[in-house]
Amino acid sequence: MLTIKNLHAELEEEGKKILKGVDLVLEPGKVHAIMGPNGSGKSTLSYILAGREGYEVTEGSADLDGADLLEMEPEERAAAGLFLAFQYPVEIPGVGNMTFLRTAVNAQRKARGEEELSAGDFLKDVRAKAKTLKIDADMLKRPVNVGFSGGEKKRNEILQMAMLEPKMCILDETDSGLDVDAMKLVSEGVNALRDGKRSFLVITHYQRLLDHIKPDIVHIMADGRIIKTGGPELALEVENNGYADILAEEGI
Amino acid sequence: MGRAETLKALRADAAAARMAGLTLPQGAAWANAARQEALARVGAMGLPTKRDEYWKYTDPATLTAGEAADAALFTPDERPMFDGTDRLRIVFVDGVFAPEMSDDMTGENLEIERLSTAMAKDIHWAKDLYGKLETEGHDPVERPLAALNSAFATDGVVIRATGKVSRPVNVSYLHRAIRSDAILHHVIRVDEGADLTFLENGPAASRLSKVMEVDVADGGAFHHVRTQGRDHERRAVTGSYARLGAGSTYKSFTLTVNGRLTRNETIITITGDEAVAHVAGACVGDGKDFHHDDTVFITHDAVACESRQVFKKVLRNGATGVFQGKILVKPGAQKTDGYQISQSLLLDDDSQFLAKPELEIYADDVACSHGSTSGAIDETGLFYLRSRGVPEKEAIDLLTLAFLAEALAEIEDEALAEDLRERLESWLKRHR
Repeated sequence: MLTIKNLHAELEEEGKKILKGVDLVLEPGKVHAIMGPNGSGKSTLSYILAGREGYEVTEGSADLDGADLLEMEPEERAAAGLFLAFQYPVEIPGVGNMTFLRTAVNAQRKARGEEELSAGDFLKDVRAKAKTLKIDADMLKRPVNVGFSGGEKKRNEILQMAMLEPKMCILDETDSGLDVDAMKLVSEGVNALRDGKRSFLVITHYQRLLDHIKPDIVHIMADGRIIKTGGPELALEVENNGYADILAEEGI
Repeated sequence: MGRAETLKALRADAAAARMAGLTLPQGAAWANAARQEALARVGAMGLPTKRDEYWKYTDPATLTAGEAADAALFTPDERPMFDGTDRLRIVFVDGVFAPEMSDDMTGENLEIERLSTAMAKDIHWAKDLYGKLETEGHDPVERPLAALNSAFATDGVVIRATGKVSRPVNVSYLHRAIRSDAILHHVIRVDEGADLTFLENGPAASRLSKVMEVDVADGGAFHHVRTQGRDHERRAVTGSYARLGAGSTYKSFTLTVNGRLTRNETIITITGDEAVAHVAGACVGDGKDFHHDDTVFITHDAVACESRQVFKKVLRNGATGVFQGKILVKPGAQKTDGYQISQSLLLDDDSQFLAKPELEIYADDVACSHGSTSGAIDETGLFYLRSRGVPEKEAIDLLTLAFLAEALAEIEDEALAEDLRERLESWLKRHR
């Protein structure tokens, strides 16, 4: 599904190196988690995969099912099946949530050469999916993320994911700012999308999200690299002992 | 010569050049007198030059030139404007009344006729208004182009609403001749407690001068929605002069897309307590030849009145936008609630927005606020939309429409607002 090889990247303006050789292979249907201390490059990795400006890839590659992600515009990556759930979902005043969702769904269908969804079919689909995420009609009507609580914003990200049906989902600190109930709701939304084919890359500081979204593989990222890979027990180790031991072990 | 004399001489030259090819239309005695008085005002003031403070950002040369410049015709392949509204339609082609395209001028609670007809009548209520609000509008800033209009206007409509007018009146201005020079003048009176919706659309001519004088009596309501056509090369100077009685309402919205030069002036004097005046505009300009100027002057001369100015401009490829907006609160106009916002969205580094927001307040118990901003497309929002699969250009259109939404929200009729929003969307789409 997703293959990242020796990825190096720096901040365009400052030339500051952030990623220093990331290697990662995600198989279809798998859930991988990336954990790591602040500043390790986790969020940068997600932005670079989604195509955000401001970073320069100096070395390495990132492929989605064989297609070179780094050569594609952000919208092309989305149409190819990549989805990033933002750590800080963006507020867009003046654009209705429903309009936003319909525009996105139809733009991706168009890019893939599919027919646009009829207004009726779209409405039926969005209402059903919104309901399971406890997103009410008012939230669908309001401008995108404007005046949403932290939990509402994250649920709105999952709704977009459910509507766009990507094959590769990246969740960037989706648990940040969520209380226990909201985390449960969001996790259920994510788990409902696990179908054995779709892959997930879950970026998080804390193990608690991984209680709800159970990973197959856990990576530890530090200083711009994946320094350790293991099973779910690695997350528990971090939870109990912090990162210090692992970092010391790797000489960082 | 000192600076003042030089300016006066330049103004006199501009007036002489502009009037060289014009003749005063003849009508009833009162009408001829009104035109002569207007002519005298032009004589005293001259016409503006770019050295005038009030025309600092907009060069009036092409508006005061003896000849109008050519403007290529543009025939949009789309439904007529306001076609979803049951309306009384009156059509002018290049400033000339087109009876075959116009509806019968009758309606419930409505007296309506052509200006040329009204001005030929020995006795007419319009006598008390024609040129009068324009005259009052020169204090404290002279607006000689409006006086020129009062002197030479060839036609227009005269409307009196005597109660709630159920069918909006729609004046459509078609542009069919590459060179045409239209001077139109409307006189509108909304009687006590009456209610009128006035719709205007179209480019009108290669050069248009239009004045509208609106007197809203106590408790009356005037609703105005205007679109100025999509011809790229037309020029227009318009002046809306309004006087508001107690408890009355004046709400106006203008949509401007394209046009080489547009100067829309709105001068409102609130004379009765608890009146409401809202003026709004949305404008989209593309190219270095695009110049759009909104100049607004609202005077509060009564207690507990509300005024609101909301202007949004989207500018790209070197387009220029101007906003000069003033709220004047006279002594004793307590409990005034004044709001003014002017914003531009600059889609490149070459476009510019020049804003001069002003407040002048002589009462101590008022709430007035104003703000003016210029900004580019929000890059974070743009990336967010693109990351969801929306192509860059489409995402920019979406953000552009979102920027204009606050101004479009000033249109009271929701169906009309939605219609204009959809048209804007398709224009933006086709423009690229």
